[in-house]
Amino acid sequence: MENKNKIILDIDGKKIEATPGQTILEVANDNGIFIPTLCHHPDLKEKASCRMCLVEIKGKKGMYTACSTKAENGMEVLTDSPSILRARQTNLELMFVQHKEECGDCIVSHNCKLLEYAKKFKVRINRLPDRKTGYPVYQFGPALIFDSSKCIDCGNCTEMCRKQGISFLEKRQKDTFYQIKPCLEENKDCIYCGQCIVHCPVGAFEAVGEFENVEDPLKDKTKKVIFQVAPAIRTSIGEEFGMEPGVNMLGQMTAAIRKLGAYKVFDTSVAADVTTVEEAKELVSRIKNKGTMPMFTSCCPAWVKYLEFFRSDYLPNLTSVRSPQIILGGLIKNYFAEKEGIDPKDIVVVSVMPCVSKKYEITREELWMDGIKPVDYVLTTRELGRLFYNHKIDLKKIEPEEMDDALGVPTGAGVIYGASGGVMESALRTAYKEITGSELENINFESVRGMEGTKKAEVDVAGKKIKVAVVSGIANAQKILQELGENPHLYDYVEVMACPGGCIGGGGQPVPTDKEIRKKRAAGLYSIDKDKKIRLAHQSPIVEKLYKDFLGEEKNAHKICHTKYSKKKREVEIKE
Amino acid sequence: MNKKEDVILKIKESGLTGRGGAGFPTSTKWEMVKNQKANKKFIICNSSEGEPGVFKDLYLWEQYPEEVVEGIKIALETIDNSIAYIYLNKEYYKKLKIKLEKLCKGLPIVIFEKKWGYLGGEETAACEVIEGKRPVVRKKPPFPGEAGLWGFPTLINNVETFYHVAKIMKGEYKNTKFFCVSGAAKKEGVWEFPADTTIRKVLQESGNMPEFDFFVQVGGGAAGEILLPAELDQPVLGASSIIIFDKKKTDPYELMKKWADFFLEENCDKCVPCREGVYRISEMVKAKNLDREFLDDLFFVLENTSFCSLGKSVATPFRSLINKVL
Repeated sequence: MENKNKIILDIDGKKIEATPGQTILEVANDNGIFIPTLCHHPDLKEKASCRMCLVEIKGKKGMYTACSTKAENGMEVLTDSPSILRARQTNLELMFVQHKEECGDCIVSHNCKLLEYAKKFKVRINRLPDRKTGYPVYQFGPALIFDSSKCIDCGNCTEMCRKQGISFLEKRQKDTFYQIKPCLEENKDCIYCGQCIVHCPVGAFEAVGEFENVEDPLKDKTKKVIFQVAPAIRTSIGEEFGMEPGVNMLGQMTAAIRKLGAYKVFDTSVAADVTTVEEAKELVSRIKNKGTMPMFTSCCPAWVKYLEFFRSDYLPNLTSVRSPQIILGGLIKNYFAEKEGIDPKDIVVVSVMPCVSKKYEITREELWMDGIKPVDYVLTTRELGRLFYNHKIDLKKIEPEEMDDALGVPTGAGVIYGASGGVMESALRTAYKEITGSELENINFESVRGMEGTKKAEVDVAGKKIKVAVVSGIANAQKILQELGENPHLYDYVEVMACPGGCIGGGGQPVPTDKEIRKKRAAGLYSIDKDKKIRLAHQSPIVEKLYKDFLGEEKNAHKICHTKYSKKKREVEIKE
Repeated sequence: MNKKEDVILKIKESGLTGRGGAGFPTSTKWEMVKNQKANKKFIICNSSEGEPGVFKDLYLWEQYPEEVVEGIKIALETIDNSIAYIYLNKEYYKKLKIKLEKLCKGLPIVIFEKKWGYLGGEETAACEVIEGKRPVVRKKPPFPGEAGLWGFPTLINNVETFYHVAKIMKGEYKNTKFFCVSGAAKKEGVWEFPADTTIRKVLQESGNMPEFDFFVQVGGGAAGEILLPAELDQPVLGASSIIIFDKKKTDPYELMKKWADFFLEENCDKCVPCREGVYRISEMVKAKNLDREFLDDLFFVLENTSFCSLGKSVATPFRSLINKVL
């Protein structure tokens, strides 16, 4: 009997089973059949503009793009022929010579599809001058750089920017060409999420590079360089060395950072435990004292920037608690410096973050402590990989080491901060204790986990129903704000991360990043949490000691852990 | 049989094909839109006429505006819950707005100004433009007849097609077509002849057969094919325009530059072969240095891998001019 949920087609002479609705490209990918693509990204709508995934279909004239053509029962597809090769060669050459190569300093140089295909299809890459030589380079705040001379006009960045609800990048006509450019309107600004970076196939976007700046303090004997590593990068840094996403490389990364010459290596997840304790306290206090509700999380600087620029009417909803990277920087330069008898001025704090908006966060002066910045440099996951490469350190070959005790042992709660829903789950685990005085039996809040952009749940805390929403992606947050506009009491607590899937899908993460990869990185974090003995932030011995010795004092807690927000005007300046 | 089915049957029997250039059977389009299940449908009278040498829409608006509007009215009556747009290029909008508003008074017809150039005439690009976006061609399927303006079934026909529909319903249709003759012509203008009239006959009958050494571009002043005097015994395909060139007085590089500039300006820059291919052709033409082998590759990807019909049509004028005249 015919199975209605299956179709059978022929690709290159092989009979293949597929699901109705799948594109030829999806079927080929599922079956390990190679079809080259450049503009295709699984997160985005197919645009069929690079004209590389060309195939021939028996009985039909011409060539078809596999990304946009649905597989049909009985179809006979050819993925290679002299005509297909000729078309791919010519189209690839045309893209190669619009794009200005900067291979020596390019984030995708080790996995560049343009280069890979140029070799594979024997394309003449030097016959013609690069069309985009002299095209402008734009800088977006302290976070991002867009070199438009590398752009191949696929439009992935503009689509992603629009999908984020920001639409800062746009196609504008100049001379006879539509070019991708930042917009000029005063009522739009970049929030530095960096999703353009991880969706660009040719490395036209990159974080403002700081990894070279770190070399000097590392060599300077009078400076003590202290690294902190964010929760989300331990299960993604391996990808920079060709490993599968989701493998926990914390030990290897710690050893490698020490090899660079770092004085200490600490875990941002420890400060996430502090954030959790402070945020749970604030939530309970807002509920008890009828403060502004719902409370919003604030550890994502792109989300904070979004509210400050686009929706300042919601600033009172943001928790005053600082983000984990800033709290840990503050603890290092105060608590730890004092304990060790080091002048904070001799300490250089380097954060490794899955994020580019964290580069922006450290420039916010309201977070500085008497003129001292909590964090001096922020490297992305990719930059740390580059730094290791430059020092000839192979993460795959190095023996793992433990982190430094003082601020290096987090609970499971601190680790899951890297995935969307993690902050919420950690805070709920601790808020329960805060409200009831007793500990939770089942600490797993499955309803706020997973890759969906919006997750809603009602959590019973000792008879009190707490309504929560967890969103990733700013467009999803916009929907929540819209709902709140209609009914302000719809939620009590809202977690927002600007990037899809949370920090594991951040703009500082390895390229490529897509849904499957994000899932694996998040699964890695949850499995670390599962294996931890201590999984509740308030039970952390480090946190207990911090409160006993230092944060117990109101003045210290305020200085290290809390902040304010203010309405912002457009920050990115573009000279046309 | 009800009146609506009768209209479509009559169009079918007349054998009318779209007069915008693609030559698709008109009754098939009408039937498709009529049979779609949707609570709203649209009709677009396409008068975007953006290619050099093509100016019959304007002629029809000036000579037979009542007949064209009658054709749109028939479509509105045939297709339930429909609203029509008359989609005019900037120049025509300026010239015709007041006149058309008077003629369409009381009818659900919007007079729309297309603020974009040539590509805005492509069916799916027209939908984008009316929706307020820039003209970028959409992927087909779905065809506009299934999901066009704002996703609703949309009938798009050229001005001349609507004119003939009115004629069919009056029983006056004689399978004619309007031909534009221009360039080095004695009498530039628009003539109505039987649809299958050959190029030679159009030139002769309109009094435009040159007495000098010449070639013509047929099917539009940008995408049309170059034909020599020995090749004129064939019907006019595509946009029904014939442009006459005096061979002695025409610099082929100047001509190619004009085409290249036109395509550079008018294409949407979406797909690689058209955006980059046209640019590379333009560079070679400007430098008067044609790499024939590379040009062949460019023509190949333009014709075989372009996203839309504009890109697919770019190679024709260049290749025919280079092969026949250069």
